[in-house]
Amino acid sequence: MTTDITRITPRAPRLPVSVLLAGLSLGFYIIIALSTGETAQLSPSGILGLFQRMVALGLVAIGQTFVILVGSIDLSVAALISAVAVLASHVMQGDPTMMLPAIVLCLGLCLMVGLINGALVAYGGINPLIATLGTGLVIQGVLAASFGMLQGAVAREFQVLAYGGLLGVPYSLVLLAALSLAAAFVLDRTLFGARIYAVGGNPDGARLAGIRTEQVILSAHVVASLFAGASGLYLAARLQSGTPWIGRDGIYDLESIAVTVIGGTILAGGKGGVAGTLAGVLLFASLDAGFNMLGIDAFLKQVLRGAIVIAAVAVHAVRTKGHVA
Amino acid sequence: MTFRTLMATTVALTFASQALAQDFNDPAEFKKQREQLAMTPQGPEGQPWAQHLGEGMVDTVKYKKDGQVTLCFSNAGVFNPWRVVGLNNLNAEADLHKDRLKELIVVDAEGKDDKQISDIEALVSGGKCDALIVSPNTTAALTPAVEAACDKLPVIVFDRGVNTSCPVTYIHPVGGYGFGITSGEFIAGKLKKGDNVLALRIMPGVDVLETRYSAAKNIFDEAGINVIGSEFTGSDRAKTKSVVEDYINRGVKIDAVWMDAGDTATAALEAFEDAGLPYPVISGEDQQDFLRKWQSDKLTAIGPSYPTYQWRTAVIAALDVLDGKQVPGPEWVLPQPAITQDVLADYVDERMPPLHYSLCGCQDLPGYPERWGGKK
Amino acid sequence: MTTAPQASALPRRPARIALNAGLVIFVVLYAAIAFIQPNYLEPGLFMNFLRRAAPLVILACGQLYVILTGGFDLSMGAVATLVVLAASILINGDPETTWAVIGALYVMGIAVGLVNGLVVAFLKVPSIIATLGAMLSVNGLALAWSGGAARGDLPENFRNLGRLVLRDVPFVGTLPLAVIVLLGFVAIAWWGLNGTVYGKRALVVGDNPRAAELAGTPVAATRILAFVVSAVSAVTAGILLGGFSGVSVNAGEGLELQAIAACVIGGAQLLGGRGSVWSAVFGALSLFALFTLLNLLGLPQALRDSIQGAILIAAVGATVWRGRRRA
Repeated sequence: MTTDITRITPRAPRLPVSVLLAGLSLGFYIIIALSTGETAQLSPSGILGLFQRMVALGLVAIGQTFVILVGSIDLSVAALISAVAVLASHVMQGDPTMMLPAIVLCLGLCLMVGLINGALVAYGGINPLIATLGTGLVIQGVLAASFGMLQGAVAREFQVLAYGGLLGVPYSLVLLAALSLAAAFVLDRTLFGARIYAVGGNPDGARLAGIRTEQVILSAHVVASLFAGASGLYLAARLQSGTPWIGRDGIYDLESIAVTVIGGTILAGGKGGVAGTLAGVLLFASLDAGFNMLGIDAFLKQVLRGAIVIAAVAVHAVRTKGHVA
Repeated sequence: MTFRTLMATTVALTFASQALAQDFNDPAEFKKQREQLAMTPQGPEGQPWAQHLGEGMVDTVKYKKDGQVTLCFSNAGVFNPWRVVGLNNLNAEADLHKDRLKELIVVDAEGKDDKQISDIEALVSGGKCDALIVSPNTTAALTPAVEAACDKLPVIVFDRGVNTSCPVTYIHPVGGYGFGITSGEFIAGKLKKGDNVLALRIMPGVDVLETRYSAAKNIFDEAGINVIGSEFTGSDRAKTKSVVEDYINRGVKIDAVWMDAGDTATAALEAFEDAGLPYPVISGEDQQDFLRKWQSDKLTAIGPSYPTYQWRTAVIAALDVLDGKQVPGPEWVLPQPAITQDVLADYVDERMPPLHYSLCGCQDLPGYPERWGGKK
Repeated sequence: MTTAPQASALPRRPARIALNAGLVIFVVLYAAIAFIQPNYLEPGLFMNFLRRAAPLVILACGQLYVILTGGFDLSMGAVATLVVLAASILINGDPETTWAVIGALYVMGIAVGLVNGLVVAFLKVPSIIATLGAMLSVNGLALAWSGGAARGDLPENFRNLGRLVLRDVPFVGTLPLAVIVLLGFVAIAWWGLNGTVYGKRALVVGDNPRAAELAGTPVAATRILAFVVSAVSAVTAGILLGGFSGVSVNAGEGLELQAIAACVIGGAQLLGGRGSVWSAVFGALSLFALFTLLNLLGLPQALRDSIQGAILIAAVGATVWRGRRRA
């Protein structure tokens, strides 16, 4: 019954969009590096540095892709990232034996937040923007109010996640690649993935086909929160100790939505995928690195980034039939 | 949901009440900065950016480099007017050294720790830099990146520090306690025991701001002055004015307003104007709009500072290091003057924009005043 | 239970309910304020409350136009910041140029609104992304223009728009100029939705753009106009903000989300189809009353965010719950 649905689910191959976008981003980066004489940025370590810029945003954005695919959205990820980073530093207090408990506790928090978000959206019928904006505010407030009590630093051993590597490839990149592949596998090859596309593409049809749409939406929110948690843990490792505003300062909420949409996932849900999202993240990383090499004024950079976000989405959105809001 | 919120509120309230007091109230540091405020600085007369407090010097012969050099600067961001003025100082100082300086590369981290770490890594691996200047976004986060950079080239840190002694020197003015001591003592001196002071602050949890408040609070407590409120304004003028109006409407007499930063001082004063009340004693900072209002309305006021001329010092230090000259270190403590009634007139400059920081030490730099947004 | 009259009454009903929801929350919150501090019941303090709430109310009215047509406008905070910074630079303390500059500010705002609308209507970029891009760009432009810090100066006659309070006015005692601007703007916003054909068009476009198009509604024009109205409201709010407290680089920060939250608290439905000017007005007043109340309670700053978040969810949850019970 449900397998039938999966087969007729419209799932256009998004690879071309992602490949095109990734190619353009890398091309931009290479041209800038060559034209400014920063050839060292094209060495393996320079390129790895470019990819390293993708990790934090990449992890959140993969999770964001799941919620957007079911037609929801998550604005609470930025606050959750801060909460996880602070909690991890607090629980560890530099003690390597506390690494595992800290990770478990953080992911437990994410699970809880994901369940609350999902329940509010799927069962409470509250618009996801408002629901997750609200939970984000609640998390941010509690976090900021209790921060003085929650100081600490992660264990040196934990920082290996951000600074160590295997054969010259940082573990963080391995983590991003592994989680991306896992996410892509889940979306493309599993029943859960098929249901996500079905619920996002046509919720009424999915319901008629016997899919419990509420459960699927709830699960997608849990996935998004867990990915935000992964990003928070990575940032804690990279920054040694979390502060309650790293998520907000990183604008991970709006940027993760932007890269997902740039990567071809449509906000209404049902269409898109992880590959495009990663290409969107690569675009942002290349812009950051490229603007640095060009030495562009900080404010002008913002203007350009705004224009590029619109243009990047317009390129494939303009072919949309019908109306978008 | 309501139950959960209540729970969260209770938990957080319990935390919050204990939280903020402990971390930023270090009596030893308070005492040290109080002494530094009273010290006579060493170095060239009339050039506070080249002066230093205390004795320590570090040898830099091993970093000596002949010929033209490239300086790299990893900036936390330009997200407030203080940093805007500072960056102008830094660029202008670099213009003074065109013969020695091949290039000054500035990268901006937009207030993101993660980006600043990547920025520093890219600058170091890019191989162009002969020395690296870092203004860290947060202390702990930037420590590993700065440590890695220290292995490759001389590093100079200013404004916020890092948790490592590897940089050649760490440039900073006296500090947050000093700021709070200057302003707190002034207000305590003008008020009587039992008088009321309203504290207006930018945001909680920021080290350099919390220490300002803790120092002032200690002084108020000692003098028996009531702190009737400590409110966060987020540097927002509208919010500042609203908060002060709310306090005025409560009918409590506000004898003084203490601020941890002066960028919204004039907004706070307007609330008194609109209510038809006399101005309180006030501590602001060295921004032009505040100084002008102080002069024209004859306020009882003080302008403590966290001088932006330290951005000049960073370039001077970097070039001294590459010259192999001794520099003050491992900490280069700059004097931290305050603007008082006696010297007020020297700092008011009608040509400059309202949020120009008068202790920029930039009057003799190329491009003054236009570079800082002033009128010729 | 006759079905026919009910069906015809349906489209009118949501608007009345929205009015009640926002108004009830506002009255409850304001009563709480007055309970803690009774002098808020004096006309003078109430007028002052309105004066301070005016920018948010005006923004909410503009945002409502976009929400009705099914979109969002995240760029309004950035437009307000641009207005404050640009006004100060362009007027530069010369009162004679004030009115000309205000005209120029509206032109700038309308341009931003047009771009937003055109990008959404013709490039088919979802409004949340289009206006996010506009937010970044406009903010960047404003900062690049001013060099990252306030420049220039605002003369008295500009400041008066947000600052001046008329005294000895019959009935109310004091009357801030900002409140007059507020009333004027709300009246125009109300007229636009209720006195012209536009209101119905916006509702059908937000409800079902495909059906609206088949029925001959100019969908693109309706959308674009909504973004223009939103931008105009942002300019007006920016002028009042600059007048109230002067120039700063973060004058409009975060106002876009507050405006959206205000509309929702007042009972407007995101993604279109339901809402009235009153949902925006009373939603914004409720939100502002909430801020004031939390200030008066003297809670730690951070917790005010938490409570705001919880109330936001609760307000929307209550609307959804009532909707379900009715259904």
